[in-house]
Amino acid sequence: MAAPLRSVFMAVLARDMRLAWSQGGTGTMALSFFLIAVTLFAFGVGPEPQVLSRIAAGVIWVVALLACLLSLDRLYQADFEDGSLDDLALSPLGLAGVAGAKILAHWLATVLPLILITPLLGLFMHLGADGYLVLIASLMIGTPALSLIGSIGAALTVSVRRGGVLMALLVLPLYVPTLIFGVGAVDAALNMVTPMENLALLGAVSLVALVIGPIASAAALRLALE
Amino acid sequence: MDQSAHSFDSQTLSGHGLACRRGGRLVFSGLDFSVAPGRLLFLHGKNGSGKSTLLRLIAGFLPASAGDLRYGTDVWDRGDAALSETLVYAGHDNGLKTALTLRENSEIYARIMTGRPIAADRLLDMADVFGLGALLDRPVRYFSSGQRHRASLMRFLLADRPVWLMDEPTVGLDADNRTALATLMQHHLDRGGIILAASHDPIGVAGDVLNVDECNSLAHAKDVAGGAFVAQYNNSLHPFWRED
Repeated sequence: MAAPLRSVFMAVLARDMRLAWSQGGTGTMALSFFLIAVTLFAFGVGPEPQVLSRIAAGVIWVVALLACLLSLDRLYQADFEDGSLDDLALSPLGLAGVAGAKILAHWLATVLPLILITPLLGLFMHLGADGYLVLIASLMIGTPALSLIGSIGAALTVSVRRGGVLMALLVLPLYVPTLIFGVGAVDAALNMVTPMENLALLGAVSLVALVIGPIASAAALRLALE
Repeated sequence: MDQSAHSFDSQTLSGHGLACRRGGRLVFSGLDFSVAPGRLLFLHGKNGSGKSTLLRLIAGFLPASAGDLRYGTDVWDRGDAALSETLVYAGHDNGLKTALTLRENSEIYARIMTGRPIAADRLLDMADVFGLGALLDRPVRYFSSGQRHRASLMRFLLADRPVWLMDEPTVGLDADNRTALATLMQHHLDRGGIILAASHDPIGVAGDVLNVDECNSLAHAKDVAGGAFVAQYNNSLHPFWRED
């Protein structure tokens, strides 16, 4: 009796998206952090439009990256603590499939809402009119890498109490290429140069992360179950 | 229950010369066991003797440092799909999401383990086994620890798999629920299922007993170390006081 794997995948996906937006979930937390942190930059730097628009793309990208990191902390830890990681390990999908479903759920439930409100934050930050479309495109292409790479860090630190800082140290250096190409694409668009090279490289990083992420996460989770 | 409609074509689950090392310490070694379809194996032993470790090893969470695990003639490796589709494991943690209701928890669990949705009337039957029918739509956050434990035992019914690995299934159960558990286990055995249960309490179902203490290196190692200490102590004494 082979279980329909697609249905199991969808069940894990729906479960995690549901939990992200239920009480104590990470969805609202990441979104509020994103809004507040970007606004703080506007207050801190001052209202000069030239300064704000100069740093707009960088600030939005960095804060999106931190919001993503903040929410990844609990990706596997909640399941590890209540024992449901054991159940997930025995699902017919296997741990790599479960990790893939959980990463996709994280991106859809936590990261996608951030991308959807970036036009509003671009307005706060006086982002140049030519930058909006490319900013959203670069976030759409680049942020999957953040979820995928972050998942490896989350899986490695799952059994560490307060592993959040350790996870940040592990993962942040790996976020550098995504950040450089993401901000580079927006800057290129603002300078009337084609952003395609940067977007292509951003896509390449995400594709590499897609290959490695679920497998490496599963291997790290297997260590945590021991 | 309508589950009795089908019986499992399970095979003998056996371990041969199993050993497990945790944190540099050999928990047990040279452990052999065999459980035929329709049989129950109780794991007895002191605290820390390795009962839970053995169950987690069979579930594929821990690597065996020696020996192999067979289901029929197949050798099970860690993380095998065949292995993880055959067994259900319930340890000390209940695997429940406190923000969700028992119904939501159960529906999600059933879909993750079988890929199929569970019918509402069947779910009610399963919840009623442990007297949880009236609590189905209450968030698990408001459950007592005994209710949570009973809810976690529902996993065996929801996943509907032939091999059950139960770690301390009777903890926190009152007399009525112990009887319900015994009935449930007997029913599973009658269908040709296999149960391995680590427990200090009598459950009320007939089964074989594996004493993990006997395969346990701890007691043995302590004797050896104690002997060595005596010899060393003896040698350090002045020749006059030495007991030869």
